[in-house]
Amino acid sequence: MAKLGMEAAVASLTRPRGAPRLIGAAPHDSQGAPLDPFNTYGDDYCWWLDRMVRSNQQLVERMTLIWHSWFATSESASSAQLMINQNWMMRRHALGSFHQLLLKVTVDPAMLLWLNGNTNQKDNPNENYGREMLELFTLGADRGYNQDDVHQNSLALTGWTNDDTEQGPVNFRFEPSLHDDSIKRIFGHRGRFNWRDSCRLAVGHATHPSFFIGKLWGYFVGAKLPRATGRELEQAYVRSGYEIRPIVEAILRHPLFYDGPRLVIPPVVWTAGLLRGSGQTITTTSWRWVAGLTGQVLFDPPNVSGWDYAQWLDTSRWAGRLEAVNVALGNHVLSGKTYPYGITENAAEAYEHAIAFWGGRPLSDRARHNLIELGRRIAAGQTAQWQQVSFRQLRQNALRNLVPMTPDWMTA
Amino acid sequence: MTPRPDARPGLAPERHCDGFARAQAIRRVLSGNAPVAREWDPRMPMPAGAGIDRRRFLAGAFGGLMTVYGAGRLGLTDRMLGDGIARAATLQPADSPILVSLFMQGGVDGLSLLAPAGNPLYEQLRPTLAVAPGSGPPLREDPSLTWHPSAASFAQLHDAGKATVIPGIGYTDPDMSHFTSRHYWEVGATDASLMTGWLGRYLDVAGDTTNPFQGLSLDGQMNPTLATTKAPIAAIDQPNNFAVYLNGVWGDAVEWSLDSAFTLGDAQRSSRDPAIAQVAAAASEVGIVRQTLQPFQTSSGGGSGTSANPGAAYGSSVTYPSASTGDLPGRLAGLAAMIAAGVPLRCVALTTDTQFDTHSGQEPTFDSGVQLAAESLAAFQADLEARGVDDRVLVHVWSEFGRRAEENGSDGTDHGAAGASLLIGSRVTGGMLGEFPPLTQLDMNGNQQENIDYRGLYCSLLEQWFDQDAAAVIPGSGGFPRYQLLA
Repeated sequence: MAKLGMEAAVASLTRPRGAPRLIGAAPHDSQGAPLDPFNTYGDDYCWWLDRMVRSNQQLVERMTLIWHSWFATSESASSAQLMINQNWMMRRHALGSFHQLLLKVTVDPAMLLWLNGNTNQKDNPNENYGREMLELFTLGADRGYNQDDVHQNSLALTGWTNDDTEQGPVNFRFEPSLHDDSIKRIFGHRGRFNWRDSCRLAVGHATHPSFFIGKLWGYFVGAKLPRATGRELEQAYVRSGYEIRPIVEAILRHPLFYDGPRLVIPPVVWTAGLLRGSGQTITTTSWRWVAGLTGQVLFDPPNVSGWDYAQWLDTSRWAGRLEAVNVALGNHVLSGKTYPYGITENAAEAYEHAIAFWGGRPLSDRARHNLIELGRRIAAGQTAQWQQVSFRQLRQNALRNLVPMTPDWMTA
Repeated sequence: MTPRPDARPGLAPERHCDGFARAQAIRRVLSGNAPVAREWDPRMPMPAGAGIDRRRFLAGAFGGLMTVYGAGRLGLTDRMLGDGIARAATLQPADSPILVSLFMQGGVDGLSLLAPAGNPLYEQLRPTLAVAPGSGPPLREDPSLTWHPSAASFAQLHDAGKATVIPGIGYTDPDMSHFTSRHYWEVGATDASLMTGWLGRYLDVAGDTTNPFQGLSLDGQMNPTLATTKAPIAAIDQPNNFAVYLNGVWGDAVEWSLDSAFTLGDAQRSSRDPAIAQVAAAASEVGIVRQTLQPFQTSSGGGSGTSANPGAAYGSSVTYPSASTGDLPGRLAGLAAMIAAGVPLRCVALTTDTQFDTHSGQEPTFDSGVQLAAESLAAFQADLEARGVDDRVLVHVWSEFGRRAEENGSDGTDHGAAGASLLIGSRVTGGMLGEFPPLTQLDMNGNQQENIDYRGLYCSLLEQWFDQDAAAVIPGSGGFPRYQLLA
């Protein structure tokens, strides 16, 4: 029964039916104006955050975020429009074939601009993409290739170009005259390789499956990948023809996904969790500004290797997350003459109400005890009859501020 | 356009156990619930140079003598002393040397900073951008070189023997990408995969596990140069601007709530679950940072705003450039006050507001940016001298590369190779380190070539400033030359 239940639960995430639906009110800024993601600074961030909040296909959004970090591309080299186009492409392929995804990414305009694929040409090769493709996207640094392979791979990738206009870069295309069609030697294979061959050879390389499995595992599970599990997943991955979905399903079914060490929830996922948990949608574009404080701005990863999932917090970014809580509480701090939970509420009940406000996710006993103690401390100094409402408001506000800041709530 | 390699490897939670215990012990002492720790006993010898100040601090924290200290040498108001600094100051001897790394982001044009004005080849390469002979101060030891007029404050420091200029620093096979070259400089190796900053590795080797102030970023976020694997470090904007705010909470409940969060952080930072420990450590360190900076929280609520003299907020006796020109003056003014107050700093890193990536219309950006940096650093040096702590501080000013010798067609310059660094402080040798890279010997891309290796400079800084064996910090350190940096 538990087994069947898990199968169904995993399938409901990995095999959603039909197109994703967005549930709830459409996003808008604090003036009520709709988002303009292509043209207004920061609205692209809010546009995707809104999908993370409202989509009924949560795993698809999560996978899209993983590919955004895996194939980290920055808007600084292109535009919001090209980044959102890329985002849709990654969403479409989020649980499909990694080989197909790699092909799409390789000639994606935002990526061509970001890693100079559009200036990698026969007479003037640029190794930027050819190197990162192997090092960061498919094989891992120095895992079965050398500088000659990088060079030859870059030559295989030559030929893509675009026009630069006053409206920005347009007309991305493969121009045969810019492609080096000489015979190349990549990983010991010989041939007149082009960009499609380049992707095929990278995915077919002996070190790719272990790179893929290890990297994908790390996004979901805090525990080290056991060797035997790694081998099984690699074999399943190759057998499936480089399909992503069965591997994600196997990871989501793995006991270590449930029982292993926790992972820090990435800032944007945590931020979406604030809104989902408290039943809110996007009503301010301050989220873009807050995202910078928390250390994760969508469409603006820190560099080509994406965000460092191993280290999400430092003093500034902790304070940044508290700023995010401030924004999420914007219209939800209690004041005035009434108190929704009644004036007999004690500290433990106040704690439960604050937990429920954020969607009901329970905390460890240690955090629970810590927060109830705070509730008692606030209550202790406020005993006069006229304070019965105000101190409970104060206590509830304090607890609402602190619940999402606990180590339990920031990890999963 | 400059992607940031935000190197920030994991803090190993197990290593914090000792730190947690010490932090708890210090907290108990400061709250009056435990006897004064032995190392605070006034009968014990104090570290040379900072003994009296430190005792006064501690006495102030426990004996109500804060105003004596605050009204005295520092010029701080009565708000500006408290338990916080004492707590952090006990974590590390207060006389240790401090290295400040100032990154002039974007690739500052070394060939304009210090120019071979009047050189025909130079004027041919730079038809619109060449520094005219006599327009700026000549370099004292070589009048064929002229400081850019905007760099007049650098020239004054140099003339006073307080600035060493390094006009041709870089590395062989230079990478002209902002991202890559900046990363190389930050990590102290031409290794794109290295995830720790060179100063961070120094702190891992020589720092401790409890003092986040040993590696302080003033950028408002992690500075990759400081990225460590285990040693805690801190990131703040300005010392009087590290406020945390709780929506809908007021009065004593603010402190109680924050204390609750920090206490939970203290308790859980030694958790066996690394994710729990990571979040908890951040919360705990926010508590320490906030406590330490409490004395600098000005009554106006922090920040130097657009103050005409941001030093005034910190009791400085010198005048800094107006805060309306950027954040750099206020950050340096705050840093000087922190150093004087005995905040236990070791490595400090910050970045210019100005982006010197001057591909077109170079002059206004370069001129205002260099002037702001030069005047701010000159004020900082004067401030440190006035506060009597200048011997403890060395500033390294650097950029990821210089710019192409030949200007482009847009009144700008493209990415180059070797560029300029400065070392500023009362203990530098002064003069010029290395040679001016001749324009007759450009590399195949038309860039100036380095004659000082930045990794050799790092090794020399570690060995001479920190008395640290560079082999433990800089990969391949044995292969790099060493330079005499201190007088």
